[in-house]
Amino acid sequence: MTTGTVRFPSLTDMDATIEVAGLRKRYGSTLALDDMTFTVEPGQVTGFVGPNGAGKSTTMRVILGLDSADAGHALIGGRPYPSLRRPLRAVGSLLDAGALQPSRTARNHLLWLAHSQGLGARRVDEVIDAAGLRAVIRRKAGGYSLGMRQRLGLAAALLGDPPVLMLDEPFNGLDPEGIVWMRGFLRSMARQGRAILVSSHLMSELEDTADHLVVVGRGKVIADTGVADLIAAASNGRIVLRTTARTQAMTVLARAGATVAATSADTVTIAGLDGGQVVALLGEQAVPFSELSAHRATLEEAYMELTRDAVQFHATEAAS
Amino acid sequence: MTVSYQSTVDTGGDGFARLLRAEWTKFHTVRGWTIGLVVAMLLTALFGLVPSDSCSNGDKPCVAAPVGPGGEAVVDRFYFVHQSLTGNGSITVRLASFTGGYTTHPGPAADGGPQALIPGLEPWSKAGVLIKAGLAQGSAYAALLATGDHGIRMQYDYTHDAAGPQVSATSPHWLRLDRAGDTITGYDSTDGQQWHPVGTAVLAGLPATVQVGMFATSPGHTVVSQSIGSSAVRGGPSQATGVMDNVDLRGSGTGNAWTGTAITNGQDGPQGFNGGFQRDGGTFTVRGSGDIAPDTQGGASITQPLVGTFFGLIAVAVVGAMFISAEYRRGLIRTTLVAHPRRGEVLAAKAIVLGAVTFVTGLAAAGFAMVFGVQHLRAEVPVNPIAVGTEIRIVVGTAALLAVAAMLALALGAVLRRGAGAVAAVFVVVVLPYLLGEVPTILPSEVQTWLLRITPAAAFAVQQAYPRYPQVDAQYSVIAGYYPLPPLAGLAVLCGYAALALILAAVLLRRRDV
Repeated sequence: MTTGTVRFPSLTDMDATIEVAGLRKRYGSTLALDDMTFTVEPGQVTGFVGPNGAGKSTTMRVILGLDSADAGHALIGGRPYPSLRRPLRAVGSLLDAGALQPSRTARNHLLWLAHSQGLGARRVDEVIDAAGLRAVIRRKAGGYSLGMRQRLGLAAALLGDPPVLMLDEPFNGLDPEGIVWMRGFLRSMARQGRAILVSSHLMSELEDTADHLVVVGRGKVIADTGVADLIAAASNGRIVLRTTARTQAMTVLARAGATVAATSADTVTIAGLDGGQVVALLGEQAVPFSELSAHRATLEEAYMELTRDAVQFHATEAAS
Repeated sequence: MTVSYQSTVDTGGDGFARLLRAEWTKFHTVRGWTIGLVVAMLLTALFGLVPSDSCSNGDKPCVAAPVGPGGEAVVDRFYFVHQSLTGNGSITVRLASFTGGYTTHPGPAADGGPQALIPGLEPWSKAGVLIKAGLAQGSAYAALLATGDHGIRMQYDYTHDAAGPQVSATSPHWLRLDRAGDTITGYDSTDGQQWHPVGTAVLAGLPATVQVGMFATSPGHTVVSQSIGSSAVRGGPSQATGVMDNVDLRGSGTGNAWTGTAITNGQDGPQGFNGGFQRDGGTFTVRGSGDIAPDTQGGASITQPLVGTFFGLIAVAVVGAMFISAEYRRGLIRTTLVAHPRRGEVLAAKAIVLGAVTFVTGLAAAGFAMVFGVQHLRAEVPVNPIAVGTEIRIVVGTAALLAVAAMLALALGAVLRRGAGAVAAVFVVVVLPYLLGEVPTILPSEVQTWLLRITPAAAFAVQQAYPRYPQVDAQYSVIAGYYPLPPLAGLAVLCGYAALALILAAVLLRRRDV
């Protein structure tokens, strides 16, 4: 990456944040956004999760000034997107990897975008390398696979070296190797202090990637939480014990006040005691065990739990 | 709190220029659009090299029309009873009677003899007094003359015409021309006593010795029959007879015998219509056929090599519409507007880039057609010349026509967001009116005229090479290269449509979600 003079203090003074407040948007009879409100902070990957049709893409289009909201506002570093003089220097976005002129080469696609921001061919070559596209960059974009298009879209998003990245379903069409690459890429971008918003309709894609989650459904935010807290809550401090003396272990632990459940022939799940207490109790009573581990819910489980709660909450709300 | 990322990428360039550069990069990196422009260029330029239709001179060989002092092709055919005059002087006559006769078809009568004349003057039959630099066709002249329908006129050097009193052709009238150096002044009088100036001609470079005398001539009789779906022009030669007396010629070198000369090129006079004169004491009866006027009919039009402009226009319209509709089709318009959220500027940049490349393409194509196409045409048929300034106006105007039409297509593409729809719309607003207005006999001529007045097809008027002359009755039809609006007014009509469409496109682009 080049080390040149930064000539635009207004840009670098900008906070790398996305602030979405009270967005409402109606298409005909469909309420696409219903008081959508959240903030994306710098230095972390924020997952923007929800089923298809939850309003993720609409929110992103409103943030970028492509669609106008009926109410509310969306700000990048405190400013509305359309007021940015060099928007790609502030936000790199990837909405639709297929938005390419098929007969234009991938490199020329990046070149016109670079020219629109006052950037040159050298910067184009840098992002080509960053996205790992050097070998295929002179091909026509029409011949690109979806995975290659995602990388090209990512290269385009990086052109302005922006402090904010906003990617809509970037994992779509990637092969497993590509998914691993994309995760590493997003984490490294976040480590540099950028604010990253990544949407996905599959929670599992964001496993080990997102630090923070904004979970949406039907145009509104269901949960806005850190990933670690979410998983801890879903795990609920439970401990998994693997033992050949299952009945004996359950008796000992239940007597000590724990809630114990057999989950398979040689495992039990314990709640109400921490790991140290379990080890001490089993040692006292000479109960053999082969493995003791904290139960860690997957992000998917946490998400399911969360959305189940949200559905119940809606149901209660409707009943009252 | 985490420190926000600080970019270290250097940037240069600013403002609207960045956007123009981006749109130019977009344009030239799609090979299909470049090919489209090359096709437009070839269509515009190479139609000029297609063998042309010959000049409309019946079965006679094509002969280049004489050229007048102003450089334009002229008709210079009349009967002249003259003698020479050196230096200053004047001629005065009384036109005692002015009559004429016409035929309704060319060639001999059914029995092989000359056709019988139907009595009557043509509106622009002419008889009167004339001072001419020499007897060669196309030489400078000034004349004071009576006409069939248009009263007394002062005419000189073919294209100039000033009206005098509106008098009946049959009433006797006094006519006078005064020469003082290069300046000739015409006077008329009803009684030979009270003279009124009609006009003054300055004939630069008029030789000291000129021919002065009486003349008569009469343009062909035409009958235009109009009906829906057809328009027919028929006609035959006509003849005018002026009887002049009280001839008073003053000046040095005069006083010789009067000589009668048929001013022709020896070919263009229909048989039996070369005129003549009789002298009976002081009374001269002069019969003549033809005209002294700019040539509006003979010769090939210099714009014939530009007929391909029409096809070039279709090609640039397709490119223009695609330049934006392709972005809608692929969703690329979002990328464009994310990169530059000020949408009106995006449309402006697209229009400027498209207009500039189309203009340059059109300039090359029309320039080629006007140089090589006309050269090619001249090798086959006589081509009526035009002034260099007019040639430049036609070339630049043709380029502007293509550029503005492309911008109109772009605007329609932005409004409709569909390439096919935009091309169809251009077809309906430009191509169709042009076809309906240009191709003879499709529609009544009044409708055709209006189509070429109020639709964007009016812009083809920039290709009009020859002016229309009120003193020449001719078929000023579109097919003959005469448009209802002046060249720049016609172009302005197209510009107006393009501007309106661009404004509409900008408003919609701003309002719509993309």
